[in-house]
Amino acid sequence: MKVLVPVKRVIDYNVKPRVKMDGTGVDLANVKMSMNPFDEIAVEEAIRLREKGAATEVVVVSIGPAKAQETLRTALAMGADRAILVTTDDAVEPLAVAKILKAIADEEQPGLVILGKQAIDDDSNQTGQMLAALMGRPQGTFASKVEVEGDSVTVTREVDGGLETVKLAIPAIVTTDLRLNEPRYASLPNIMKAKSKPLANKTPTDYGVDTTPRIETVKVSEPPKRVAGIKVADVDELVAKLKAMGVAA
Amino acid sequence: MDFSPTSDQVHIRDAIFRHCAQFSDDYWLDRDRSGEFPGDFYTSMAEAGWLGVAMPEAVGGAGLGITEAAIMMQAVAEAGGGMTAASTIHGPVFSLEPIELFGSDEQKARMIPPVLSGAEKMCFAVTEPNTGLDTTKLKTAAKKVDGGYLVNGDKIWITNAHVADRMMLLARTTPLEAVTRKTDGLSLFFTRLDRDHVEHRLIPKMGRHAVGSNMVFINDLFIPDDDRIGGEGDGFRIILKGLNPERILLGAEAIGIGRNAIQRAARYARERIVFDRPIGMNQGIQHPLAKCWMQLEAANLMVMKAATLFDRGEDCGVEANAGKYLAAESAFEACHTAMLTLGGMGYAQEYHVERLLREVLIPRTAPVSPHMILNFIAERVLELPKSY
Repeated sequence: MKVLVPVKRVIDYNVKPRVKMDGTGVDLANVKMSMNPFDEIAVEEAIRLREKGAATEVVVVSIGPAKAQETLRTALAMGADRAILVTTDDAVEPLAVAKILKAIADEEQPGLVILGKQAIDDDSNQTGQMLAALMGRPQGTFASKVEVEGDSVTVTREVDGGLETVKLAIPAIVTTDLRLNEPRYASLPNIMKAKSKPLANKTPTDYGVDTTPRIETVKVSEPPKRVAGIKVADVDELVAKLKAMGVAA
Repeated sequence: MDFSPTSDQVHIRDAIFRHCAQFSDDYWLDRDRSGEFPGDFYTSMAEAGWLGVAMPEAVGGAGLGITEAAIMMQAVAEAGGGMTAASTIHGPVFSLEPIELFGSDEQKARMIPPVLSGAEKMCFAVTEPNTGLDTTKLKTAAKKVDGGYLVNGDKIWITNAHVADRMMLLARTTPLEAVTRKTDGLSLFFTRLDRDHVEHRLIPKMGRHAVGSNMVFINDLFIPDDDRIGGEGDGFRIILKGLNPERILLGAEAIGIGRNAIQRAARYARERIVFDRPIGMNQGIQHPLAKCWMQLEAANLMVMKAATLFDRGEDCGVEANAGKYLAAESAFEACHTAMLTLGGMGYAQEYHVERLLREVLIPRTAPVSPHMILNFIAERVLELPKSY
């Protein structure tokens, strides 16, 4: 069974994003970029499935600028087998990403597509679900556990108020939550090996997908600054205030 | 002139930061307090293949250059472990070079892989109590006997001699009086550190307590002929080849420490509120930190230039020395400025800058003092007469 893992190059989670002066977006010039952390978890899970013998090949794909190649190399250094880079300088919205992934899945015929539940830059949380719909296949989102048995996969989902377990027929789409696994560190020999692993260069046109944005970003602004809270002198005053606000009886 | 790192170099820096994130600030502070060797860090780096960064693939390395080794070691220091982290793995990263360059195929296959895999630790024994930088006057004697050599003598400042399984040793095989050139008469060995014939005594010191420096007393240590690297009497010339890489790595590490100190200071200055505003709003705090940043980054360019020249096989003596000097001086200034930025808290161990300040004195003094570098630049570049 082949596993397809889409990965996105995003602003590094340690970097404090700065909004551009004209409010059109986040300033990405000279900013450290990394693999979306949820995608890293997806890559790790796919590699573990291969190590367990449940998968035979891990194919990673990224859609984005030429520099997304670095992100793919990171995934290859972690242990993925080969990579597909779909180069475009446009901002690609989740639906267009899902359409390209659908076209790739049609070619590759993976048993599982494992995606991060969302990217930390736009927090859309849509691509996995859209892909499942386009492919007409079952989905297990927000996975904290993935177990493949024969031609089905059991996914434990982190939902409000607890865990939900679903059993899906393969091929299926899984999106990862934070607690699924702890991604490995790339070792030096694997970084070196990653350089000679195959990386195919494609464009959205190769897959016949129009990536023209359907949504216009009107304005991006910093979150409002936190204002100072109210200081109380003692517990009695605190209780009185809470009562006055109607949050304590 | 290309100042941008290659994709490999970016990946290496990134991977090291991720790897080192397993070892927190408190890990390094704990080790500094207890003096316990960071064995788990050493093992993890060996298992992830990092010790062989600059060794050829044929002996289990990655086949990269000193530039990559410098970037790696800089990230190791910069991740918060400072000189302790760097010195823990420094030996294998660059001191195996003589074996690789001058050893026989049998020696390479026998000696290098166990060190890269972490199975054996090594130390590098050159300096002696009475002959610090004056290497050609070394006294430790290796007397030819049947099948090998019998060695006697004292060494000092031998890092990790107390935990090492193997020792790279420079010893005199021909008395100084009997040689024609003073650079003759020394031979290099890589041999088992036999504790029955080698005693060590840790030197109580200012910082980097987890990576010990030792006095080493060698008493009738037998070294088989097979453990001599290169020809008899060629030891000094072999060792010379490794001096520039050592300076480059130390310089890169110093810059890593300096950057880490500045980052800690800037973070503190942004968060620490005094008189209702962050102290980082004051130019008295900002300007010294900005100056340190500029000096560190300028020094880094010189260090990387030296590394690039070395990897191209060009002469890099001037750049390697200048880079080490600039790096160590600016890193010292950075640690000192960081400490002043933190005020009283800078003196408290839990803020980690005092540890960095203590450790940054090492690359400032070693492997060659700033004074000797100034002498070297004065003579070599400015063509001034030798002063000593």
